[in-house]
Amino acid sequence: MLRYVARRLLSLAMSLLVASAVIFLALEVVPGDPASYMLGMNAQEDTLAALREELGLNKGMVARYLGWLGGMVQGDFGISYTYRTPVSGMIADRLWISLPLAVYALILSTLIAFPAGIWAASRRGSWVDLGVMGTTQLGVAIPNFWFAILMVLIFSINLRWFSAGGFAGWDDGLLMGLKSLTLPAIALALPQASILTRVMRSALLDTLGEDFIRTARAKGLSRGQALRRHALRNAMIPVLTIIGLQFSFLLAGAIIIENIFFLPGLGQLVFKAISARDLIVVESVVMLLVFAVIVVNFTVDIAYAWVDPRLRGRR
Amino acid sequence: MRRMAKTAMVGILGLIAGMAQAGGEIVVGQQLEPPHMDPTSAAAGAIDEVLYSNVFEGLTRFGPDGSVNPGLAESWEISDDGLVYTFRLQGGVSFHDGTAMDAGDVKFTLDRARDETSQNAQKALFEGISQVDVVDDLTVKVSLSAPNGNLLFNLAWGDAVIVAPESIGEIKQNPIGTGAFRFDDWVQGDQITLVRNEDYWGTPAKLDKATFKFISDPTAAFAAMMAEDVDVFGGYPAPENLPQFEADARFQVLVGSTEGETILAINNQVEPLNNVLVREAIAHAIDRQAIIDGAMFGLGTPIGTHFAPHHPDYVDLTGISQYDPDLAKTLLAQAGFPDGFKTTLKLPPPSYARRGGEIIAAQLRAVGIETEISTLEWAQWLEQVFRGKDFGLTIVSHTEPFDIGIYARPEYYFQYDNPDFQALNAALMQETDPAARSDLMVKMQRMISEDYVNGYLFQLATPTVANAKLRGLWKDAPTQATDLTGVYWEE
Repeated sequence: MLRYVARRLLSLAMSLLVASAVIFLALEVVPGDPASYMLGMNAQEDTLAALREELGLNKGMVARYLGWLGGMVQGDFGISYTYRTPVSGMIADRLWISLPLAVYALILSTLIAFPAGIWAASRRGSWVDLGVMGTTQLGVAIPNFWFAILMVLIFSINLRWFSAGGFAGWDDGLLMGLKSLTLPAIALALPQASILTRVMRSALLDTLGEDFIRTARAKGLSRGQALRRHALRNAMIPVLTIIGLQFSFLLAGAIIIENIFFLPGLGQLVFKAISARDLIVVESVVMLLVFAVIVVNFTVDIAYAWVDPRLRGRR
Repeated sequence: MRRMAKTAMVGILGLIAGMAQAGGEIVVGQQLEPPHMDPTSAAAGAIDEVLYSNVFEGLTRFGPDGSVNPGLAESWEISDDGLVYTFRLQGGVSFHDGTAMDAGDVKFTLDRARDETSQNAQKALFEGISQVDVVDDLTVKVSLSAPNGNLLFNLAWGDAVIVAPESIGEIKQNPIGTGAFRFDDWVQGDQITLVRNEDYWGTPAKLDKATFKFISDPTAAFAAMMAEDVDVFGGYPAPENLPQFEADARFQVLVGSTEGETILAINNQVEPLNNVLVREAIAHAIDRQAIIDGAMFGLGTPIGTHFAPHHPDYVDLTGISQYDPDLAKTLLAQAGFPDGFKTTLKLPPPSYARRGGEIIAAQLRAVGIETEISTLEWAQWLEQVFRGKDFGLTIVSHTEPFDIGIYARPEYYFQYDNPDFQALNAALMQETDPAARSDLMVKMQRMISEDYVNGYLFQLATPTVANAKLRGLWKDAPTQATDLTGVYWEE
């Protein structure tokens, strides 16, 4: 087990290094100069040169890459070109919104998907199953931004239950913060819940066809009892894998929803940084997301090996 | 709701105290967030939209009609040769950190802006200043190397606001100015809060607090206004919704003018666009009203030259390039292109360019000119079009006030090189007599119009949507600013 973990750790470090090089090179070839973006159309050449010098853009590519990498190892992501504040602080501020939003959406999606998936699987072929399958089909098909706009129209403009967007902050208490994240979380959660429901249902149906379920039924358990006691646990592996993937997606993929609700999250930060050519911010956020995905995968790998000893010997 | 309660409470307290204190708070929506808060080292208009006149003030300042008024300079004298400006400063002015504003700060500001290592995005404004001397605490002498009729105007720009050496180090995160509002807080990506400066030297602001909220998405801007989360939205980004706001008694809609001349810029140095007949043909192929109606939902004033229609010296030259596709075809044939030609049309992100570009492409196609449209981000546009001059046609709004001088720079991206125009511009720079200046400006407008340097489309309009009870808002935008110093809630 220890050797397995060590091997996985080494491959994690290699993945991160390769990712950092790819991210850096990819952004290096993007046309556009941060200094001329900031100083605009009337800037003079000497002014631009002075700004480039201050931002460290005059240094060679290799020197900038190594500087960035070296700083990151020590937890220093550098200074944003446009905002001129430490990138790590900016990311931390945004994480205080993006992370709770992702967790909130994931909880909502799980709370919807588990009962719905189990219900549909236990009544396969019934009108319940058809209804759940139909609704989730719709949930997957409807774009979440459209759904978000619809909710704003109903709940913010007409009913005035929620504000149309923005983030109240955590200073006024947990409830105020959660309230401003509720509509965005629902908008994010619904498509995810639909996918998860369908995965849950099909995973359960697969397991329900297995021999050990027949044995359990033969022992005298009802269909529902067999499903809850034996099938559910075995169906969890694909479901957990999907949840892991969804979490990474929710953390990074909320850009459009953040724009609609003007939430200052990570997605919005990257979006603005790309158009401003604030490359150091883009690089650092993308790197952080890569790190998150790799760590989640690493955890999942370890968990698999823990659950299933056969995986430990695999090269 | 909270705001209303607070307004009501302040009102009641005011009545009890027996004085007519207006007070209240306001939430201002705007599309772009400032990257940082130093107006003297970035081009971003969003910085001025939050801070100009509210937090920072210059020696002179723009009024709501674009006039140049005294600011921190109470008065000035100009020497007979036009080379020395002696400014008399307002007394008793202090920065928000409590330090006094004096002649030393003015010298510091001007010297910093024109220094070799200056990062001022409009460094050209300070060109020609040869020396700045402190005469006494409240008197500054600015010497020029040549007379400059624009100096007082230049000093009113947001890039020329007075800053202090004590606070310059932290200015990007903590702006310290002399204005009627003081910076309070910035939640990055979300909002900036200003509060009233109780020690202001001039007429104090009426509002207690102003919050600028940054909402980039047009749909979100609509929702925020409709839900009354935001009290006023300057530069409202979805003109298609304006009739709905106009019909709603809760709101008022102000459609004002800006300094943005929106032009179809033409690369004057590439074949075949370097031929004036070809440029003339392009100008006659364009139906301005169709672009204004189709791309801007009717907002915008047609222009025939690079000058703002609300300027007293503006002349309407739209007749020189009126819509006449048949004439355009004849001109193309004369120029040797009876079957037209093909060129590029590069479009930056704003909707005037993206939507306007499609319409212009169709209008040009009607006379035989094919365009290859490519859409660019701002950073790409600056690199390819503006610096690289790799384009045939592009659409852009020149938002700097009074910027006809760019036509005197042959290296400027559309590359108009006409010594006669350059001579006129040099004469204007030296001239201080208003009548003679006016005459020169008319000549300049006519010259670029008759040379068909660019396709002159329309003056960009700025719609403001606001709560119907708000008073004192600026309708026009003579500079990119949201001057809140005179704004108040009607009882």
